Amino acid sequence: MLRFAAKRLLLALAVAFAVSVIAFLLLRASGDLAGTLAGEEASPEEIERIRTLYGLNRPLVVQYGEWLLRSLSGDLGRSLFYPDSVAALILDRLPNTAILASFGLVIALLLSIPLGMVAALRRNTWIDRAALGLAVLGQAMPSFWFALLLIFFFGLTLGWLPVSGTDSLANFVLPAVALGWFSTPVLMRLTRAGMVEVLAADYIRTAHAKGLPVRVVLVKHALRNAVAPVVALASVQFGNMLSGSVVIETVFALQGIGYLAWEAISRKDFPVVQGILLVVALFYVLLTLVSDLLNAWLDPRIREG
Amino acid sequence: MEPIPAATAIAEVTPVETPPAASLGRRRWSRWLSNPGLVIAALVLAAIALLAIFAPLIAPHDPYAQSLDARILPPAFVDAERADPAYLLGTDNLGRDYLSRLIYGARISLLIGFFTMLVSGTIGTTLGIAAGYFGGRTDTVVSFLITTRLSLPVVMVALAVVAVLGGSLEVVVLVLGLLLWDRFAVVMRSATMQVRGREYVTAARAIGCSVPRILWSEVLPNVVSGLVVIASYEMAQAILLEAALSFLGLGVQPPLPSWGLMVSEAKELMLFEPWMIMLPGMAICVLVLAINLLGDGIRDVTAPEGRS
Amino acid sequence: MSGAGDLLLDVQGLEVDIPVAGGTLHAVRGVSLSARRGETLCIVGESGCGKSLTSLALMGLLPASAKRRAERLSLAGEDLMSASPRRLRALRGDRMAMVFQDPMTCLNPSLTIGDQLTETFLRHGKGNRRAARDRAVALLERVGMAAATNRLGQYPHQLSGGLRQRVVIAMALMCGPDLVLADEPTTALDATIQLGILQLLAELQREMHMALVLVTHDLGIVARIADRVAVMYAGEVVEEGPASIVFGAPRHPYTRGLMDCIPQPGRTAPGTRLGTIPGMVPSLVGDLRGCSFRGRCPYAMPVCAEPVAVRDGPDGHAWRCVLPGETLVRAA
Repeated sequence: MLRFAAKRLLLALAVAFAVSVIAFLLLRASGDLAGTLAGEEASPEEIERIRTLYGLNRPLVVQYGEWLLRSLSGDLGRSLFYPDSVAALILDRLPNTAILASFGLVIALLLSIPLGMVAALRRNTWIDRAALGLAVLGQAMPSFWFALLLIFFFGLTLGWLPVSGTDSLANFVLPAVALGWFSTPVLMRLTRAGMVEVLAADYIRTAHAKGLPVRVVLVKHALRNAVAPVVALASVQFGNMLSGSVVIETVFALQGIGYLAWEAISRKDFPVVQGILLVVALFYVLLTLVSDLLNAWLDPRIREG
Repeated sequence: MEPIPAATAIAEVTPVETPPAASLGRRRWSRWLSNPGLVIAALVLAAIALLAIFAPLIAPHDPYAQSLDARILPPAFVDAERADPAYLLGTDNLGRDYLSRLIYGARISLLIGFFTMLVSGTIGTTLGIAAGYFGGRTDTVVSFLITTRLSLPVVMVALAVVAVLGGSLEVVVLVLGLLLWDRFAVVMRSATMQVRGREYVTAARAIGCSVPRILWSEVLPNVVSGLVVIASYEMAQAILLEAALSFLGLGVQPPLPSWGLMVSEAKELMLFEPWMIMLPGMAICVLVLAINLLGDGIRDVTAPEGRS
Repeated sequence: MSGAGDLLLDVQGLEVDIPVAGGTLHAVRGVSLSARRGETLCIVGESGCGKSLTSLALMGLLPASAKRRAERLSLAGEDLMSASPRRLRALRGDRMAMVFQDPMTCLNPSLTIGDQLTETFLRHGKGNRRAARDRAVALLERVGMAAATNRLGQYPHQLSGGLRQRVVIAMALMCGPDLVLADEPTTALDATIQLGILQLLAELQREMHMALVLVTHDLGIVARIADRVAVMYAGEVVEEGPASIVFGAPRHPYTRGLMDCIPQPGRTAPGTRLGTIPGMVPSLVGDLRGCSFRGRCPYAMPVCAEPVAVRDGPDGHAWRCVLPGETLVRAA
């Protein structure tokens, strides 16, 4: 297990490094930073002065090193639009996105695992086909459109739920459904495929031969084996939700980091974009690492691998 | 009693009888045609493609022509009184014919889907086959690239790059192509690994075939069925992403009739004219559904045991 | 008869049908078997003769698509055909247990050995956790596993195939069943450890005074441990009786043929060609009539195409053939 964990950790560190380089280069590619910092009416001399002041005339590698050190200490730079630091902005919005993504993941799992199980148990019946049909349809709908439909029906027409803001948990329901909906098909298919494979396994027959109740056979013997890849994928999906939340948060005007990212990109506030990109990517790297370790823990065969 | 025989197994003397096989070609065709999802998807996709190709001939109006006195007219099936028979599916807030814009929108979705798939497919397949065939250090590097790519949030990066480079069709294709190659690489890598161990590849190596030749004529044909399936899936993915980018205002720019953009332009009027977001949304849905079902159908037909 | 007790397993006219592409596969046809406490019954036959399906049918573990019918199927006098699923589950693992073919796949990879052993015991309410653990350790020691206590925390993949099969056997015995069905328990194992496992099963059968139904194609083993033998061919039992009689004086031409396939120490000279049974097993799809072995039988006659009655001999010996049996000439 330790060897396995060390190997994964090394990979995660390498990827984190690569991601930081990409985030750094994105800001540099966005235009002349000194010009942006100096403002639109600045003279060439002033821009030059700022370039020297901020050290933007030194080699890129040196600048990257310095930026990395500052970022590691929590200083992600300043927003060009807000008076706050990038780190403060992200920290301010992060809880909303975390609530949204967690809520979305819970909805996705609550939908996909039972549906996938039932589809596998009632293979080739109408239930199975209906679940698969739902999955196919779900994967074909554009997320923003589905979100608008939710707003239209449940928010505007029926008036059941608020369609924007973050005042109460009710505000998160529609965005979370919209976000969770898109992880449901893939998680459901995986649950179904895993269950179908596991249910045909010899050890399930053994469990029946022991006279165990069907419930115990399904949950203890089948689900545990079928769900290991689902758990791994679920944590990856959580990462995808953080980035997918750009669309959903924008539609619902939910003040999370996705909405912040969209605002920042629209206003060309690239230090903020860079900060969010870095945070989200690093979080994803961390999630992948956790999911790998979790999977190894669930499946004793992997941890020796 | 007889002396006890030594432990021996009964010889396997019984090959299983198999019914005579029908001619391979005929069976193949009937299998393609007996998959209703596949047939319907192919027909729908062909219809959309024809609409897109012959858009100038089919579209009743110029999709860019504005008409200030014919703004926001609903289609007849929504509100027969306000509808104008000249505009079958109504007009948008600038008085442009909705049907014509939808037809021209198919061009954008198909173009972006197809070329993105081409770019990402080329990148991903090359990386995946290289990793799977050579293994070792190449594999480590490719795996690292895949993991790095996966940790980048697609929508955010695409939005940022479009914001830097500007929202043209070429930029959207390029950005999405550079972002969506991961699945190609993952699947091609494992498929190639499997194929590499087969006898025919060993045989080709033994008679001294060059590596590119082996990859091209031995490996690629044997992983191509998997490739088609991912290609369809990624094309659908690219279409959805383009729609999302355009919807967020950082994809294809107005006045181009991108379906995502049309939803975006109509969302302010959603409460009063819901059909305006329904129509382009459904258009995306149908196109993506057709492409996905085509991919699923091809997978089922080429590898029936691969299902579930 | 030695070790004979009351009739424990009583099967009459067992049929298993499986729907397949071209019709119905009659995989098991009119099989009648019986086993007493303290007795070992071996079911022998080639691959695909329906012997494994027979054992699964007895346990009620057939795949969902398979259809099971029987005139009588009872365990210790209790009718299993009409028993509720709940009652069947109560019997399975408790009164009747099964040892499966492949120990590499029949243990759950993500549960510990200890968990898989004790759950049978706990589920059937045989005692508390501590008692279950003690029973598991005792049985693991009995099946020949060193450091049994440490094994409880291990996972299946940490054990070799032979050890896993010992675990599977111990698992079957947790509740002290009356009947153990072992479906080719050694085919997946190395030849060197096969004999040890089978001897262990035979010993345990005697010690615990249970009925053992052993499905195998290994005639050498059958001769060593069987009290009774049932020979299956193409879904039917073609000959059944006490092991000494079936081996010593086989009456069915198929049994005869099987005997000739086996080299015999002291009788088969080096270089001698062993017997083979020419021809192929007939398809079991569709309507079947007459003797299924007639296509390969050296004694086949026109009358063999008619339904064949079962002939009875002394000591419960029975065979399904138009010939009375005495006319069979030993070929070797």
